[in-house]
Amino acid sequence: MSPLLEVEGLTTCFPGTRGPLPIVDGTHLSMERGEVLALVGESGCGKSMTALSLMRLVPKPGRIEAGRVLLDGRDLLELRVTEMRAVRGSRMAMIFQEPMTSLNPVVRVGEQVVEAIRLHEPVSRAQARERCLELFAEVGIPDPQARLDVYPHQLSGGLKQRVMIAMALSTRPDLLIADEPTTALDVTIQAQIVRLLQELQRSRGMSILLITHDLGIVNELSDRVAVMYAGRIVETGSRVDIFRHATHPYTRGLLRSNPVLAAPGERLPEIAGVVPSPEDWSPGCRFASRCRHCFEPCEAEVPGATPVGEGHGVACHAVAQGRLEGDAE
Amino acid sequence: MLAYVIRRVIYGVGVVFGVLLFLFVLFFTVTSPDDVARKALGERVPPAVIEQWKANHGYDRPLFPGPGAWTENMLFEHYRRMLTFDFGRSDADDTPIVERIRRGMGPSLTLTLPLFILSLGVAIPLSLLVAFFRETYIDRLGVVISVLAMSVSILLYIIGAQYLVGRILHWFPISGFDSDPQLIIRFLALPLLVGIMAGIGGDVRFYRTVFLEESNTDYVRTARAKGCGEGRIMARHVFRNSLIPLLTRVILAIPFLFMGSLLLESFFGIPGLGAITVDAIQGNDFSVLRTMVYIGSLLFVFGQIVTDLSYGLVDPRVRLE
Repeated sequence: MSPLLEVEGLTTCFPGTRGPLPIVDGTHLSMERGEVLALVGESGCGKSMTALSLMRLVPKPGRIEAGRVLLDGRDLLELRVTEMRAVRGSRMAMIFQEPMTSLNPVVRVGEQVVEAIRLHEPVSRAQARERCLELFAEVGIPDPQARLDVYPHQLSGGLKQRVMIAMALSTRPDLLIADEPTTALDVTIQAQIVRLLQELQRSRGMSILLITHDLGIVNELSDRVAVMYAGRIVETGSRVDIFRHATHPYTRGLLRSNPVLAAPGERLPEIAGVVPSPEDWSPGCRFASRCRHCFEPCEAEVPGATPVGEGHGVACHAVAQGRLEGDAE
Repeated sequence: MLAYVIRRVIYGVGVVFGVLLFLFVLFFTVTSPDDVARKALGERVPPAVIEQWKANHGYDRPLFPGPGAWTENMLFEHYRRMLTFDFGRSDADDTPIVERIRRGMGPSLTLTLPLFILSLGVAIPLSLLVAFFRETYIDRLGVVISVLAMSVSILLYIIGAQYLVGRILHWFPISGFDSDPQLIIRFLALPLLVGIMAGIGGDVRFYRTVFLEESNTDYVRTARAKGCGEGRIMARHVFRNSLIPLLTRVILAIPFLFMGSLLLESFFGIPGLGAITVDAIQGNDFSVLRTMVYIGSLLFVFGQIVTDLSYGLVDPRVRLE
């Protein structure tokens, strides 16, 4: 069976001082049905823009310049606006980083879920409300009946995110895009939301594209991982590939700098230098200026993906030319 | 809620007291009671007549309270009359002021009420449209026209419209008023046209900004992500959230409908409260002027309280305490 989602060469540009900047640059992703793919990277690396590009919700003046986004073999970028609208919220749904502001403050939360249902299905208001009630119970909102008619400001951040999840699930999507779903929440609430997403994914068998910079959550939730740096995917692989056999110098640096994995009392190793701003991206590998393994082709040529194992690819010249071993340090 | 209203009313009383004091000081800084008398009686009257007139109208007393005149002064009398709504008679022509207000209110409202409704009816859909086409040529064109329209003085609109429509094209009378419903439309056409044109630029720019601000919020992104169409987003999500800044502007304007329009009325010869106020300023008619200012400040304070109360109706987050 073909993958649920296949992204090929997706490029999204924003205008810069010297012409358009590819904030998302030739991204390839592939997701099977029922799979959780984590898209990992630091702030500003283009993860969220990738997600918004999949939904065709890139804010102006950004534009999707090239690529294909195949959902069940149908290219979403070719769809007409009205056709795309029918896909959004029904085949693929999205939850966001900011549950505080993602709900309309002057509309009751139940009504907002009802709207989502009735946009895609010809059901009565009462039926939609009934569904909403079930969804609230499913996502673990206590006293769901009473919560239908409250306004967002009367709910805590965690409950708001649960409402967002209920809204996203309301039309039984095949793919849920979760853009930093726990970042704005307290640590205890984060764990609850992660567990909820895990349960929902299992019970519904839906695919989740999880966008995060939190490696702990990646480790808990994901089947496969794609690591993004400065607009490009630098490494993809299974969770085990990434956490045990990280190969790209950036992925390795990222893992080493994670406090969870460090020994107590030891200074955390950091990646030297800073992320280049899109205006300063080099024509070659964008990590080159910070990479210990940098050699001639790195500054000049974009590295292609080199397979280093089953379903494990790395975009690195050093790996491609055998200078850097898959498992070696 | 009740405590809130009471507190706001107390603040409002303070504001009105301040306005009355400010008006009094300002007026008698630029003119004197003698000027008021001379304006009323004419330039060539003997000093004895002036003194007599001042005594009759209470303008012979000292301006401010002082030893021996704690109540026998003009400022005290000024407050006493205003606070008891004893407006008295016009300094200029001796008519009862209440009578003049009653006669002026009708013409004022026949101009300002349609002007208000038409302006809103044109400006809000237009700004929704411009905001809908944000960052396109339609939007940019809309902004340029708005800025142009608001940069031109209303005086130019008045004169231009009177010249072009009234004098050259002869579509409508240049100025005048008639309470006959058959004729009133013809007299109102020009001031309405000018009023809308003079206001629309600023209105569209303001509402567009409000709508655009709401269009860039996270919940609008959520609405899009769940498959909402742009039209529905504008009508259901953006517009409802824009009501707070919108109400501030709209409700606050309502009380002033009763005050008439100063410029439109005086230029188009509409015998409303605006024209009365302009005449009072020109004729040094203190007793009429202060009445108009006093009523204006009362309406303003009232409008503000109503606006604040209305927030609670449109925004569930607002609770008045």
